[in-house]
Amino acid sequence: MSRVPLPYTQKVLDLFRNPKNLGKMEDATVVAISGNPACGDMITFYLKINDQEIIEKASFESYGCAANIATASIVTEMIKGLSLESAWKDITWKKVTEEVGGLPSVKFHCGILAVGAVKRAIRKYYEQKGSAPNWLPQELTFEEKQALEEEELAEKLSKRLKVAEEK
Amino acid sequence: MVENVKELLKAHEGIAREVYLDNENSTTVPKEVVDAMLPYYSQRAYGNPTLTHKPGWEAFETIMESAQKISNFLGAKILEEITFTPGETEANNLALMGAAFANKHKGKKIVISEIEPINVLHVTELLQKFGFATTKIPVDREGFLNLEKLKEAVDKETVLASISTVNNEIGTIQPVKEALDIVKDKNTETLFHTDASDAYGRIPLNVQDLKVDLATVSSYKILGPRGIGALYVKEGVNVDKILEGQIGTQKLWPGVENTPLIVGFTKASELAFQDFEANVNRMRTLRDKLADGIFGELSDVKLNGPKGDKRVPDNANISFLRCEGEALTIELSLKGVYVSSGSACSRRLLQPSHVLVAIGRRFSEAHGSILMKTTRYHTEEDITYVLDVIPSAVGRIRGIVGSTGVD
Repeated sequence: MSRVPLPYTQKVLDLFRNPKNLGKMEDATVVAISGNPACGDMITFYLKINDQEIIEKASFESYGCAANIATASIVTEMIKGLSLESAWKDITWKKVTEEVGGLPSVKFHCGILAVGAVKRAIRKYYEQKGSAPNWLPQELTFEEKQALEEEELAEKLSKRLKVAEEK
Repeated sequence: MVENVKELLKAHEGIAREVYLDNENSTTVPKEVVDAMLPYYSQRAYGNPTLTHKPGWEAFETIMESAQKISNFLGAKILEEITFTPGETEANNLALMGAAFANKHKGKKIVISEIEPINVLHVTELLQKFGFATTKIPVDREGFLNLEKLKEAVDKETVLASISTVNNEIGTIQPVKEALDIVKDKNTETLFHTDASDAYGRIPLNVQDLKVDLATVSSYKILGPRGIGALYVKEGVNVDKILEGQIGTQKLWPGVENTPLIVGFTKASELAFQDFEANVNRMRTLRDKLADGIFGELSDVKLNGPKGDKRVPDNANISFLRCEGEALTIELSLKGVYVSSGSACSRRLLQPSHVLVAIGRRFSEAHGSILMKTTRYHTEEDITYVLDVIPSAVGRIRGIVGSTGVD
C-alpha cells in the first residue's frame, strides 16, 4: 500500500490542483512518451516546434502521482519559448526538482522521467527531419537511460505476472 | 519537510465535511473507549502488575480480567491462552518466529498464502536465514486459497501453516476450517496460525471451533487504541518468546504491561460484541451503499475481492481504471474524504499491492485501487457525501490522464 508520507511542496500541490498546459495538442510537431502504465508512472508530451527550432507550445498528459503531474506540468512551462538546443542542454531533472520547490527523494524519478520525455521528443524531431545537429549526442543521456530502465523493469514485472497467470 | 506538511494541511481549510474511510491503516478511537482508558493512567491500576503494592495488584486484576474478556470473545478455553502484544505486527512475528523456533525439531517448512499481510510475509523471509523454507499457496481471482495446492504443500516436515481468516485488503473470508482440516490430515503435528485481525468483531469467530493453534487479533482494527493486540496460543502449544527482557504477567512478551491500552482494547471489543449483529449489519449496509453508489455512478470500475457472504462486511476495495491511485487519494483528501490506495507510487519499487497482483489484477488496475472500510460510526450522510465527491475526483484525475496510460 502507498504509505510513505509525502510532504509535497505548495508548488507541487498547486500544479496538481491546477496543472498548466494540460491536454492533448492536435497540431503538435512531435509527441513523445516516457514511462509505462504498469509502473503507474507515464507522461506524454506534445511539442509545437517552429521553423527556427523554437518550442512554441508544449502540453502534457500524465498517468501518475501528484509529483508526476506537477513535474510534467512545470517542464512544459520551462521549455516553452526555448530553442531545442537550449531545452536539451539547460533543462535537467535537478532544475525541474528545484522549480517545484523540491521533491521527496522517492519522487526524484518523476522529474527524471519528465526530462527523459523531453529529450526523446527532441531526438524524435531530428529523426523526423532526417538530420541531427552537432550538439545532439548519440549516446543516451542520464534521464533517457533512467526512463528506459524504468520501462524495461515494468516490462519484466508484467511478463512475470503473465507467466504467473498462465500457470 | 514539516513546513511542506503545514502548507498541505492549510490547503484543507474550509472543507465541507470529513469522512475517514482509511480504517485499514489507522482509526479514530471512540470517546467511550478513550473514557474507559483515562483513569488507568493516573487514578488506578497504574502500577506494575508484578509488584506487591495496591496499584500493582490493581493492574494485575485489570489485566487478568481483560484477558478473560478477550479470551471469551475469541472462544478460548482459558485466559492464559491470551498474550497481549504491542499490536498485530508483533503478534504475527511472535506467532511465526516463536512457533517455528520452539518446534524446529519437527521440521523446517512453513506454508502461507500468497496474500498474507506483510508482517507474515516478511517474517517468513527472515526465517529463511534460520533455515526455514516457505511455500506460498496461490489464491484465485477473488482471493480464495487454492486448497488442492495447500494439500500438496504440507508434508511431514511442515512445522507451521499461517492463513489469515480475512484478507485485510480485499476482504476475502477464507475457508479456515477446511484449510486446517487439510493441513492436519496431512500432518497432525503442523501448527496452524491465523491472523484474525480483520475477522474479529466482523464475522463470527471461535478459536476452539476452528481448532486453530494460534490466532492474532489487533485493537485498532476494531476501533481500539493503536499499540495493543493479542496472540491466542492454545494450551499446550509451544511458542518461544522472541524478545528478551523482564517477564511480567505476559509469559511470551517481556516489558512492563501497558494497562490503559489493554483496557482500551477490551472496551473496544465489548462495544464491537455487545450488539454484534446490529454492528455488522450497519457496516454492511453502509459499505453496500458506498460500493453500489460507485458502481452506479462510474464506468470502468472493478471490485477487488469477492461479492456477497464471503466478503467481510466493512471492506470496499475498488479499482478505478485510467486513474492513478495516489493522485486520487490526494484529490479526495482535499475534499475531506480519506482513503488509501494499493498504488506503487510512493516507492521507487514499481510493484503495487502484492494482494492485488496475486488475484491477477493488472498493474494498471492495481495502481488505481482504493481501499475503504466502513464502521458503525459512519452515517448515511457520510456515505452520501463520499458518493458526491468521488465521481468528480475520479473525473478530474482521468482528465489529466487523457489518452496516456491506457493499455
